[in-house]
Amino acid sequence: MVMDVVVLAKHVPDPQGTPELGEDFLLRREGVDGALDPGDEYPLEAALRITEYHGGEVTVVSMGPEPAMTAIRRALSMGAHRAVLITDPALRGADALVTARVLASAVRRQPFDLVLAGIESTDGYTGTLPMTVAELLGVPAATFARRVEVNDRIVRTERQTEEGYDVVECPLPAVVTVTAGATEPRYPTLKGIMQAKQKPVERLTAADLGLSPEELAPTQSVIAVEAAPQKAVGEIVQGDDAVTRVADFLAEAKVI
Amino acid sequence: MDFDLSEEQREFQRAVREFAEEVVAPRTEEYDRNEEFPLEVVQRMGDLGLFGLPFPSEYGGQDADLVTFCLALEEIARVDSSVAITLEAATGLAANAVFRFGTEEQKERWLVPMARGQVLGAFAVTEAGGGSDVRALRTTARPEDGEWVIDGAKAFITNAGTPLTKVAIVAAATAPGEISAVLVPTDVPGFTVGPPYRKIGWRASDTRELAFHGCRVPQGNLLGERGHGYAGLLEVLDEGRIAVAALATGLARGCLEESVKYAKERQAFGRPIGAFEALQFKIADMRVAVDASRLLYLRAAWLRDRGRPYKAEAAMAKLYSSEAAVSAAREAVQIHGGYGYIEEFPVARFYRDAKILEIGEGTSEIQRLVIARALGLPGTEL
Ligand SMILES: Cc1cc2nc3c(=O)[nH]c(=O)nc-3n(C[C@H](O)[C@H](O)[C@H](O)COP(=O)(O)OP(=O)(O)OC[C@H]3O[C@@H](n4cnc5c(N)ncnc54)[C@H](O)[C@@H]3O)c2cc1C
Repeated sequence: MVMDVVVLAKHVPDPQGTPELGEDFLLRREGVDGALDPGDEYPLEAALRITEYHGGEVTVVSMGPEPAMTAIRRALSMGAHRAVLITDPALRGADALVTARVLASAVRRQPFDLVLAGIESTDGYTGTLPMTVAELLGVPAATFARRVEVNDRIVRTERQTEEGYDVVECPLPAVVTVTAGATEPRYPTLKGIMQAKQKPVERLTAADLGLSPEELAPTQSVIAVEAAPQKAVGEIVQGDDAVTRVADFLAEAKVI
Repeated sequence: MDFDLSEEQREFQRAVREFAEEVVAPRTEEYDRNEEFPLEVVQRMGDLGLFGLPFPSEYGGQDADLVTFCLALEEIARVDSSVAITLEAATGLAANAVFRFGTEEQKERWLVPMARGQVLGAFAVTEAGGGSDVRALRTTARPEDGEWVIDGAKAFITNAGTPLTKVAIVAAATAPGEISAVLVPTDVPGFTVGPPYRKIGWRASDTRELAFHGCRVPQGNLLGERGHGYAGLLEVLDEGRIAVAALATGLARGCLEESVKYAKERQAFGRPIGAFEALQFKIADMRVAVDASRLLYLRAAWLRDRGRPYKAEAAMAKLYSSEAAVSAAREAVQIHGGYGYIEEFPVARFYRDAKILEIGEGTSEIQRLVIARALGLPGTEL
């Protein structure tokens, strides 16, 4: 059974560097070194293995300004077959819901069996996007998969839990989020890098997706950013009565 | 003039750098301490296509040029010289010899798995009685009943006994004064591999003696023309020298980066030691040496990729960069003080790994001789 797998991928400011916020409290994305979100390499690796096993193609879908091509090229050199990049000045400052609308509309334009995504992005950390996309697409979502297998139009995932894992199965098409450490992502080979240049990249604007200005208007905005408060210095309790004093303290704090 | 790498070269360099930092570096210390061949790392390098970089894709390669291969070696040697020399000797020497002189059949049988990193070849020229003077070698390959019968021994051979080693390219006299190269599979009767040498550095690289007692291989195992061995192997060694220069550049860069980091952190007399001019100047000199080394190997590789003469340029790159690496390692240890002398910071390993660069694939003296000969100086014939 040939599988069409879509991977949602994001270009993030260099994960090794220190991200900067602009005047508008939005992350500076222009003119900074960026890369494919390391968290997105896991779903991509999972997608590549699925299509290597079952046949089919991996399409990478990304929304972001022009530099996002760096992330797309990385995904293509790792082995993805094609990519869709949605770039539009109107999308600057898009919140998680608007982003999900854009990505869902882009995914819907082609046949798909499975949409894979990371748990959360390394720059925004909202962690809500894949499930929103699933809802908009009207398909089930399975999350936190440390393992993804497809069999007979059923996707079987191992959902990472604190003690172990749950087995979650759902019919295709579906959205699955893949944890870091699920698979070890491959590094692009030189041949992969050369071939990436020839692979098709479709560029779309919000208008191409038929989204209205209302659908593109963020419902969230950042009004202020403050440094996290310094942690107060803890008190070190020593001496014979230490245990009683700690117990009193916890009782006072209504912890016990 | 254009000093820019191509976009693909930059992307690939970045991928190899990530690989070196994420896959090679975390295991380096342990392999070195245990003097263990880094099999798992080598297999991962095979997946990345590193062993087939400079060969055409029809032989399982990646269609890259020597410049790109050298860039990869620099990145790996930046963290681990043992792993880098394993790659260099397998690809730059052994597989390269099969690629350049092999018949289609030999390439199918040996080059394809070598390019994929599934099989490592040993490039066996040096003997206990002499390495610089290749023509004095004593190993013989005698034709008999449509076979070659090989007798003799080789010393200091890289990748001689790894779990992936399946063949040795052996330089042997096929008649008095006539040197040829013969492919000797490791499973032929009479082929014995010695225990690993205990070395000052390159401890995770596999170096052993090989011995041949009446080893019989088919006539078709002759690699290249009979009697072409000396010239052919020297040609391969010329390319190898450029690759070793890239390796030396990587080691010197490792010394530089570790020294900069340490000089900013370590305090003495109330300030970071990097504030002392004595150390600033050492580090500035190191920076110059790294760049000069890189420019020299890139030029030599660039000439070779364009099919232009490069022999003297390769010797200059190898000579300069290996001596620069030895100095950089010495100064990096100095900058680290007592910590530089114990196996806690990588510079102690860099110090141990550096020295061989002035010896292997042509000693510094031999490089100077090659350069002097290119200048037409008398008495420089080898
Ligand atoms: C870790 C390691 C890995 C190696 N891997 C391989 C390998 O894979 N394959 C392989 O074939 N070999 C390998 N070698 C061998 C290496 O190439 C030789 O050690 C090197 O070429 C020097 O040869 P030698 O040791 O016999 O020294 P010699 O040739 O005996 O030289 C001794 C000294 O005399 C000097 N000298 C010699 N001739 C002259 C001259 N004409 N003018 C001035 N000075 C001269 C040399 O520069 C040196 O200082 C390896 C060696 C080591 C240590």
